[in-house]
Amino acid sequence: MSTTATNPQSYSNGHRSVLSPGTQAPDFTLPCTPDQSVSLSEFRGRPVVLAFYPADWSPVCSDQMALYNEMLDEFQEFEAELVGISVDGAWCHGAFAKQNKLHFPLLADFEPKGAVSRAYGVYDEKDGTCERALFVIDPAGTIHWSYVSPIGVNPGANGILSALEDLKTKNETTGATK
Amino acid sequence: MSARIALTLPEPERDHISGSADGLIRLLEYGDYECPFCGDAHVIVKEIQGRLGDDLLFAFRNFPLTNIHPHSEHAAETAEAAGEQGNFWGMHDLLFENQDALEDENLAAYAAELGLDQARLIGEVTSRVYAPRIREDFKSGVRGGVNGTPTFFINGERYDGTRDLEHLLNALTPQPSHQQ
Repeated sequence: MSTTATNPQSYSNGHRSVLSPGTQAPDFTLPCTPDQSVSLSEFRGRPVVLAFYPADWSPVCSDQMALYNEMLDEFQEFEAELVGISVDGAWCHGAFAKQNKLHFPLLADFEPKGAVSRAYGVYDEKDGTCERALFVIDPAGTIHWSYVSPIGVNPGANGILSALEDLKTKNETTGATK
Repeated sequence: MSARIALTLPEPERDHISGSADGLIRLLEYGDYECPFCGDAHVIVKEIQGRLGDDLLFAFRNFPLTNIHPHSEHAAETAEAAGEQGNFWGMHDLLFENQDALEDENLAAYAAELGLDQARLIGEVTSRVYAPRIREDFKSGVRGGVNGTPTFFINGERYDGTRDLEHLLNALTPQPSHQQ
């Protein structure tokens, strides 16, 4: 394996470093508006859907976020929280969310740039953005499912719903939550 | 709850279908009446229907993105309401031909234009009679792999190619492959 990265913390080798199911989801605190922040740990006790996407305003991302925005009721049926994450700043997110009437938080992985994306193994060094990656985190804070989509392909929501269903079944079987 | 609907194939018992129920080529569209790309695709679908005739069974399901297209839900409900009065496709065409005029008063006018019971249609749209069905369409699309509109399924397979007449026709009527 070649090492083109200059920083040992960087992940430049495709998707091999993406955090996989069974891994504890790294906690983080990121701005969701210019003066408010959200921590992953605040959602403990509920499933969380983390949707990393490359950039506000790009066509595929807009489609993807618009689709998720229509599905909030479905996610709610699983008591799941949806958050979008990109390296765009909070003001940019605010304008993007307003334009598309998004009703879920967009987190700014902006400073230090891409730190959370790197922690999840989905930072693209070449483009300086995160990849298009989905994580479903269980109520205990463990990654239950992850998926990295080709950058120009909208991954849709079917995988997320399947993961949430699977998680629900698993929790009902083990009685691990509630 | 009724049995799960097929996600990627038309269901003549449930869906609005056009063409022949015996048509061997089955085309299913998930669309949004306020989506400009769906408006473009509508023209192509019309042409395809003309060319393929009874070989084609075409079905349309609703996939309104209601936040970015604020008129799409009422438009979809209006088409469903018209369908209940026996003219889904007439309303479907009018909506796609008038994508820049989808206010409620426009929808009511289209009902009158088609000779429908306008008061009944308005009442049903206002009380959201067909919202659950539209939601069922939407959910089936999400589970079937619809990520945006329009999305076409040809004989159950999602079509990811170019949405122009030539490419769609080629996908709908594949030439028999030559033996090597």
